[in-house]
Amino acid sequence: MIEFIQHIVNGLSVGAIYALIALGYTMVYGVLQLINFANGDVLMVGAMLGYYIGQWTGFGARPSYLGAAALLVMAMVCCGVLGFFIERFAYRPLRDRPRINALITAIGISFLLEYGGQLVFHPGPFAFNVVPYTPPLQFGGLYVSASDIIALGLAVALMLTLQWIVFRTRVGMAMRAISHDPNIAALMGVNTDLVISFTFVLGAVLASAAGMLYATKYHRVDPLMGLLPGLKAFVAAVLGGIGNVPGAMAGGILLGLVEELVAGYTSSSYRDAIAFGILILVLLVKPAGLFGSTATEKV
Amino acid sequence: MTTTLLKVENLDVYYGAIHALHGVSLEVQEGEIATLIGANGAGKSTTLRAVSGMVRPKSGSVVYKNESIAGLKPHNLVARGVAHAPEGRGIFPALTVRENLELGAYLRRDRDGIDADIQRGFTLFPRLKERERQTAGTLSGGEQQMLAIARALMARPKLLLLDEPSLGLAPQIVALIFRILREINAQGMTILLVEQNAHLALGIAARGYVLETGKVVMSGTGKELLASPAVRKAYLGE
Repeated sequence: MIEFIQHIVNGLSVGAIYALIALGYTMVYGVLQLINFANGDVLMVGAMLGYYIGQWTGFGARPSYLGAAALLVMAMVCCGVLGFFIERFAYRPLRDRPRINALITAIGISFLLEYGGQLVFHPGPFAFNVVPYTPPLQFGGLYVSASDIIALGLAVALMLTLQWIVFRTRVGMAMRAISHDPNIAALMGVNTDLVISFTFVLGAVLASAAGMLYATKYHRVDPLMGLLPGLKAFVAAVLGGIGNVPGAMAGGILLGLVEELVAGYTSSSYRDAIAFGILILVLLVKPAGLFGSTATEKV
Repeated sequence: MTTTLLKVENLDVYYGAIHALHGVSLEVQEGEIATLIGANGAGKSTTLRAVSGMVRPKSGSVVYKNESIAGLKPHNLVARGVAHAPEGRGIFPALTVRENLELGAYLRRDRDGIDADIQRGFTLFPRLKERERQTAGTLSGGEQQMLAIARALMARPKLLLLDEPSLGLAPQIVALIFRILREINAQGMTILLVEQNAHLALGIAARGYVLETGKVVMSGTGKELLASPAVRKAYLGE
């Protein structure tokens, strides 16, 4: 029993990270029907910036919670700017073109960040230790590391903030209106370009936070680190119903739990096969995803 | 003395290679109902879209309140007082009736004024009040049309563009909606109405334009057009 709870705890901490990345996919898809494949690589840029800024400022050499928080904020700000520029210069010029053009561009941006990252940064990998090491907390037989608690707490806080933005603020209302129909949203007075930019910034900010958490959890960074979590978060977003914000959160957590349980009770080499197996199953049984719905229109 | 609120001159609009409007000109005076009638595909909706900024005209001028507005984005026009209830109603089916109305007031910050205008919309269309918390997708077609009009009014426009409010609705609902349009107009709203139902539209309009394949082929007061043999033959089934 204690082993099962242990797996649940581990699954939640990795699932929360997937959920953060999945939110970026699902929000951008919601407003533009575009799979922004570069989202996973923004995660890498966030973690890399965390590493390098840590080196320059010295926070990386003397791990502290305050330093880690400062690095997190700086990475989030820088990636927010990156997200803005990606949309402005890569996707906006293609807005009125066939959707496939933007999709191919997304893959291109992804490669640009991955391989450009190897030039700008360094192929690495580097050890990433900005959070001070503390021995795992012990509850009965249950071991929980401080970084898992931080990851979970921070991810939940960010998700609640996002939920609030999307469902309780003006800009969130505009995002939901655009996701239904950008032309009609514009007739309501919504500046659609501005709201779309904001959506990309939000997605990139969440991805960079996920990158810092991911690097903290696995203690390393490298320019290709965004690939696998990016793909898995995409699976999580589809699992929850792409375009659906609570769905992306649930999909991420669910995927993390399933992976961890599979790895724990069978063999960890099946972990990724299971993740993508789930995607295939969901697409077969419920193509709109767990929370997705197929809308009908009245005439 | 009336003043011209909207003046469209020699408007040309293309959709790709398709030449949709050929030099359309029309005028709407402040406080009146003007109507564009014509068959399917004549360019009525395109004219409205060009006025509200949804399509960019290739050439020609659109002057609103003595200011050129051709090429402005829709959200800029909403800010200047042009509200467009589009073809097919364009309601947000996943949002509630109230949220739809709130979105209509997207650019406004006066909370009290917004609440008052929502109540005013409910007074015009009591059916919407009963459905306030329902998602708009569950409304009947007529209720959706009421919502589209009430939502357009939420922007406190000077000029209301209405695209086919009678489309697909039962006659008594259409009669209700046209009664409300007269009422709104009597309170001072300028309306540019696009309709296929020429009889109804010309009946309430001070001024009418007949569009055929992207050109204005006839214009006059509502009464003149209703009496015109050509209009009666082509659009009133005589």
